Amino acid sequence: MNVDSGNLDLTQKETKEPLLSPKPKEESGWQIFSKGIILENPVLILMLGLCPVLATSTTASDAAGMSAAVLFVLLMSNIVVSLFRKIIPNEVRIPVFIVIIATFVTIADYTMQAYQPGLYKVLGIFVPLIVVNCIVLGRAEGFAYHNGVWPSILDALGKAIGFALAIVIMGSIREILGKGTWFTLKIAPEAFQKNAVLFFGLPPGAFLVIGLLKAGINKIFKQEG
Amino acid sequence: MSQGLLAILFGAIFVNNIVLMRFLGLCPFFGVSTRFSTAIGMSSAVLFVMTFATWITWGIYQLVLVPGSVILGGILPQGLVFLRTVSFILVIASLVQLVEMFLKKFVPVLYSALGIYLPLITTNCAILGVAFIVIDNKFGFLQSTIFAIGTALGFGLIMIMFAALRERLELAPISKSFRGYPIAFIAAALVSIAFLGFTNMFGIAP
Repeated sequence: MNVDSGNLDLTQKETKEPLLSPKPKEESGWQIFSKGIILENPVLILMLGLCPVLATSTTASDAAGMSAAVLFVLLMSNIVVSLFRKIIPNEVRIPVFIVIIATFVTIADYTMQAYQPGLYKVLGIFVPLIVVNCIVLGRAEGFAYHNGVWPSILDALGKAIGFALAIVIMGSIREILGKGTWFTLKIAPEAFQKNAVLFFGLPPGAFLVIGLLKAGINKIFKQEG
Repeated sequence: MSQGLLAILFGAIFVNNIVLMRFLGLCPFFGVSTRFSTAIGMSSAVLFVMTFATWITWGIYQLVLVPGSVILGGILPQGLVFLRTVSFILVIASLVQLVEMFLKKFVPVLYSALGIYLPLITTNCAILGVAFIVIDNKFGFLQSTIFAIGTALGFGLIMIMFAALRERLELAPISKSFRGYPIAFIAAALVSIAFLGFTNMFGIAP
């Protein structure tokens, strides 16, 4: 069957390049950038940083606000870590990374509080909690500490866009089904909006949507677990 | 904010369950809840560290960082509230190290039971999350302690419940793409619906 042979190719490609293998040195910038968006999507493939994805995806605009904060923190911490990678001693690297990340998280926290108070109220403690997000610390430790500034910028952008893609997809599904709107635009007919499936705006809806999304992705990539 | 202590305790366990309602601590929840014994080990480590961490971060915030505090109030009347995130995460990370060393030296029995879970806890957002929630809700010391214990018990309840559930799910005939994470998410959705039933109980809105 056609479908089977197509899937076979994908599985072979994956066994050749396991998802978490150390990266070979001679990767082009485009590869570093694009890998984070689909093939190594931090949320949908690697299942990292789940807490903000589930908690702040009630609507698409909340999700976009959260991804902007993550993008800023990830980009800035990757830049600073890669700039100082030769000075940071190996033994205390994790505390140093944490301080760098926490600094940018505080900046993002206060900026959002000042200029987007409504959004800040909705996201709540999940903005300061970016500091314990596995994606950010994982990129500092796994990539920026061993690579130059330019590849680190590309890597941060790729992973942040991958994160944004996942969380905005989640947010869109939950907002359209739960409220009948998308980015607060009324896209569904009036009758649907009145009887929207409230369930998707509530916590159980988040678990259900990401469960089904992950199952769909497993089906496409022939992944297990 | 003068909620009754009992309301805080049950509110933290059931109404605002840390995993199912607040979405904190999901990584250890989905990562470690595959075996019954590891779930128990992880939840006791969380109970231990969460209580200690809340005491220490609460103390630091109220005694050092808050404007006009006891220790720094004389020198810095405007306070150091902006150092909250940095100081809390560093304190929690070093506290976990300290607890690990202390247990290794003095209580080896407990260390062999909890040891491997302790390093994982540093990146557990539930610990830091509770420290922030306690500050945001302006809880007193006793209220904070009760809230931390209640939250850890709520985490343990869900962990143990889920471990039992997932041990059975492994034997169930599930289609290939739903195995592992997806079925765990969907099971979590179902349990979460059950927990919605606690909404507004004890007079606490989620």
